[in-house]
Amino acid sequence: MTTPQTLLDKLWARHRIGDGGDGADLIAIDRVCLHERTGSVALKSLKEAGHEVQSPERVFSIMDHIVSFRAGRGDDESRSPGGDVFITETRKMALEAGINLIDTNDPRQGIVHVIAPELGIAIPGVSMICPDSHTCSLGALGALAWGVGSSESEHAMATGCLRVTKPPQMRVTVRGRLRPGVTAKDLALHIIAAHGVAGGRRCAIEYAGDAISALSIEERLTLCNLAVEFSAFTALIAPDRTVFDYVSGRPYAPSADEAGQAAADWRDLATDDGAAFDFEIEIDANDVSPMVSWGTSPEHAVPIGGIVPASVEPNVLEYTGLRPGQPVAGLSIQGAFIGSCTNGRLSDLRSAAEVLKGRHIADGVRAVCVPGSHSVRAAAEAEGLDVIFKQAGFEWGAPGCAMCFYAGGETFAPGERVISSTNRNFEGRQGPGVRTHLASPATVAASAVAGQITSAVELLGKDVS
Amino acid sequence: MSRESINVLTGVVAPLMLDNIDTDQIIPSREMKTVNRTGLGEGLFAGWRYTEAGSREPNPDFILNRHGYQQAEILLAGENFGCGSSREHAVWALWEFGVRAVIAKSFGDIFYNNCTRNGILPIRLEASEVEEIAAQPGPRSLTIDLPQQTVLAGNREYRFEIGGYAKRLLLEGLDPISLTKTEMGRIEAFQASDRAERPWIYR
Repeated sequence: MTTPQTLLDKLWARHRIGDGGDGADLIAIDRVCLHERTGSVALKSLKEAGHEVQSPERVFSIMDHIVSFRAGRGDDESRSPGGDVFITETRKMALEAGINLIDTNDPRQGIVHVIAPELGIAIPGVSMICPDSHTCSLGALGALAWGVGSSESEHAMATGCLRVTKPPQMRVTVRGRLRPGVTAKDLALHIIAAHGVAGGRRCAIEYAGDAISALSIEERLTLCNLAVEFSAFTALIAPDRTVFDYVSGRPYAPSADEAGQAAADWRDLATDDGAAFDFEIEIDANDVSPMVSWGTSPEHAVPIGGIVPASVEPNVLEYTGLRPGQPVAGLSIQGAFIGSCTNGRLSDLRSAAEVLKGRHIADGVRAVCVPGSHSVRAAAEAEGLDVIFKQAGFEWGAPGCAMCFYAGGETFAPGERVISSTNRNFEGRQGPGVRTHLASPATVAASAVAGQITSAVELLGKDVS
Repeated sequence: MSRESINVLTGVVAPLMLDNIDTDQIIPSREMKTVNRTGLGEGLFAGWRYTEAGSREPNPDFILNRHGYQQAEILLAGENFGCGSSREHAVWALWEFGVRAVIAKSFGDIFYNNCTRNGILPIRLEASEVEEIAAQPGPRSLTIDLPQQTVLAGNREYRFEIGGYAKRLLLEGLDPISLTKTEMGRIEAFQASDRAERPWIYR
């Protein structure tokens, strides 16, 4: 009898070229994604060192990090002062290297982790890396995908592989069903708050259980996206019928005549009964509530009715301007942002629009929605969501990472609170002194309307009464 | 950036004893103004090091601005140092400032790897050991011996673990790509057989 294997064991074995020495393996990297923040540096360094890109057709360069999110933006327009050079240099180097280029205003453009599934770049069984920590999102489709630095992307481009030590493994089993109004974002924040940002330390985490199988592709992407905030190496979900249907027919997915071979290859991509994990966590989906963060780490999150805990480091209290015991709901906000690789997909926009329909944001709030890709933006517009956002007082931006992180230029003022559907509430993440509160798109929308942190359930309830 | 090897290193240690110092703190995105690996040292810890965003007026309270720490070559930190964004600029900025080793209770994974690819030695020590070093009055020097895998602080010696591959890269100042390229034979053989099984990857 063969030893039962985990999903990671199988993905690892399939990509293992051989022993990499010193406890590491040489792991084949099927696809590499680059972005303009580091793409030109990586391609330039390779060239200067005299290395070529081994398989340019398997490398994708995407403009997303610092492109302007102004509707009607120019091809070189950046939201970051001097950022146009990053765009033009990346374009130049990408064309020279002969890799796939998805430019600023290409209809395929969007945030790398949003478009990789849309275009079939991320598919079950593929191994891929990108110099972006949220590459772990793509494990939602059964891809072995993780974030690396610029040097490691150069290595993968030049040699088709990386020297990696197999990570320890953790399974997070979520039983039951998320309650209505509770999202994958809330689940992710719940897990991180319960087990700490170091809770998933260096592990490949497989999310399993009936609550996970019930999630849509977009919800799975959101859940896996936040694995890096849990200090994981990456996240995985065993691909199922939902995934196979989703990837079918996408440009870089197997073609129709390869479908049979692909199905056979993917059928086995699940953890065998009895396979061993180094760590196991169990969650009851029923215990998860809509969450919001209050501090400067994603572990600083509570159910929306919660309070700032009693013992908090003084530097965190100083930055956030809060005191222990203070309720998080009701904090007045000056900004609201919906978008990012965490929550910038069509279902995210729909859930926010449901809250915003027929309502308007509060006075003194600047609210911005930036769809995660051109394709999401177009689909949202086809449903009239853009009209709902605009009538509610939201700006409707052009696709990219946008306000998820500050890269110079204009932003909110120091001390202002921003409720945001993004992934990091670090000090200064959205601008010097800006206080970020992470939440789901529905919570962001509800809070923008109320002018203070509030849940969608509470906002909608109030209107009824 | 040149690849310098590390063997035995003696330098001033600067304690930054917070947990979860993320790469946004090590270099804020607004300070990533160049499409090169150089010109980033000024942006190191910009949010803490200067009195306000965009200014270059030193914040006198920040450790690297204090007397005796301005040439620190070693940082000492808490849990999860370098978590967050994968930006390798964090490591390039540290290197340019002059930092050659970081001792912490734990590290963000991507940051740890980025260090070993760029001539900075990341050292994991037990939390109690880091606290002991932090408690010693400073500014003071430490000696790090990479071949022996030890940190000498005063009369205390601490042993640390490091993967063999990472150690070799740092000791010999090797270019990992050139090293792997010597194995292109078996890499290409793998790709050839994989191509038959998964043709859609190679289109």
